[in-house]
Amino acid sequence: MTTATLPGTLSLGLSRGATELREFFRQKENLIFTISLPALLMLLLGTVYVKEAAAAQMFAASMIGAGIISTSFVGLGMSVVADREDGTLKRLRGTPMPFTSYFIGKIVLVFVSSLFEAVLLLAVGVLRFDLELPTSAEKWLTFAWVFTLGVIACSLIGVALSSIAKSTRNAAGVLNLPYIVLQFLSGVFIMQTALPESLRTAGSLFPLKWVCQGFRSVFALNDDYAVMEAAGSWELGKVALVLGAWTIVGLVLVGRTFRWSNTSR
Amino acid sequence: MNAIRVRGLKKAYKDHQAVAGVDLDVARGEVFAVLGPNGAGKTTSVEILEGHRDRDAGEVSVLGADPAKAGREWRAKLGIVLQSATDAANLTVREAVHHYAKYYADPRDPEEVIDLVGLTEKAKSRGGTLSGGQRRRLDVALGIIGRPELMFLDEPTTGFDPEARRQFWSLIKRLAAEGTTILLTTHYLDEAEALADRVAVLAGGRVVAEGTPQTLGGRAHADATVRWLSDRGHQEIRTAEPTKTIAELSRHGELAELTVTRPSLEDVYLELIA
Repeated sequence: MTTATLPGTLSLGLSRGATELREFFRQKENLIFTISLPALLMLLLGTVYVKEAAAAQMFAASMIGAGIISTSFVGLGMSVVADREDGTLKRLRGTPMPFTSYFIGKIVLVFVSSLFEAVLLLAVGVLRFDLELPTSAEKWLTFAWVFTLGVIACSLIGVALSSIAKSTRNAAGVLNLPYIVLQFLSGVFIMQTALPESLRTAGSLFPLKWVCQGFRSVFALNDDYAVMEAAGSWELGKVALVLGAWTIVGLVLVGRTFRWSNTSR
Repeated sequence: MNAIRVRGLKKAYKDHQAVAGVDLDVARGEVFAVLGPNGAGKTTSVEILEGHRDRDAGEVSVLGADPAKAGREWRAKLGIVLQSATDAANLTVREAVHHYAKYYADPRDPEEVIDLVGLTEKAKSRGGTLSGGQRRRLDVALGIIGRPELMFLDEPTTGFDPEARRQFWSLIKRLAAEGTTILLTTHYLDEAEALADRVAVLAGGRVVAEGTPQTLGGRAHADATVRWLSDRGHQEIRTAEPTKTIAELSRHGELAELTVTRPSLEDVYLELIA
């Protein structure tokens, strides 16, 4: 028999990404909750808390950080649980599509939806709070790598944790609880310097704090604001290191815990 | 070489022995039905053959490979029709079929497949809006898009109305006529009788009978029952030689309401699983 070669992993991954996006944007609840929630929170909380320009910059930066973690960690985790529940994963497992392509598709989904979310949030910031966007290429480069690394690390952890959840109903709890707690420990709503030492250390173990810190370095009016960070500097090297480490931890966890279905084995 | 060869297959869940030593042989090009009540081990066995589930013991060869170890090339030769999937709810039929076609080296033409399963009019409808029967036909479309050598159908017509079942059967017959090997599980006996070349009855995790639908459980050789109506009421004789019996009886004249019956597949089946 002829053995025509099967399509490549990357091209299949991108094709999955396109299909995932198509499905994602057709669901109104995704547009409301995932894409607009951070912008809405920014609007509400910002109106209460933001009294000066510098605060708007810092708050917007932290909200983008929290937002991409909501799409990657919570949103992606939920979507994997849903794929397990509705038979998507079972069907895919019966096809010659490699698992890596499935995952590439999910990363594409998270990347694009996070980008939409960040743009919406920045638009609210600019229109409502006179947010100033960075003008130097260097800042945007930092934005790009923090964004990318944050999305990948948090996506992997979200997928790994999705294996704990048995149903979409219970996934909402499994995924949202750590996310909400981390928002308080990571300087999104409360500055980390205002937290007791133990909580600050706890927050520093997880990616959210580092993603937010990276974004604050991008949106701060000038680098003097770094003194407001827990360490008194932006620590960009450490941001890369921690997010890189979580990416590796995430890969190992996904490899070990990923389940194609709720009943397999 | 057989498409499927299974020897001594076992699988337990905690204390429950779901599959307790199953042997199966399915020839290439054959339509093979696995019958059995709920909990007989049908789905578990099939999922092991599909590579979706680990086994505890036994030898399994599907298209020459061990499903627990086989890779992409092997999966490309399978077509799996899922039992209760609700995926692709936000994709149209056309989008879903075109997308899944991309996974294979030599897929069928997606538009032809949509036509073949009778969903041309629904090509622009989203998966989530299809009726039960249409939804299963989409599952079949996604199962056959890769031109499979072997198809697995797990209770494919559960919940179908009679017309949809007939349409579905003719689709399966068509695929079988093209040479596709088909393994189907069902608890509808008429379905097995209409489609299968051979059937195996599974009960309590074991194969309790195997054969063609016509000979299963010694059906062809079983005693026939001759029934007629005499002036003393309904009469009934079980005999191995019904022709002779009738010849003797009819010497006295015409027999009212005469029938000769052998056990139906259902009679045999119910006896086997009892």
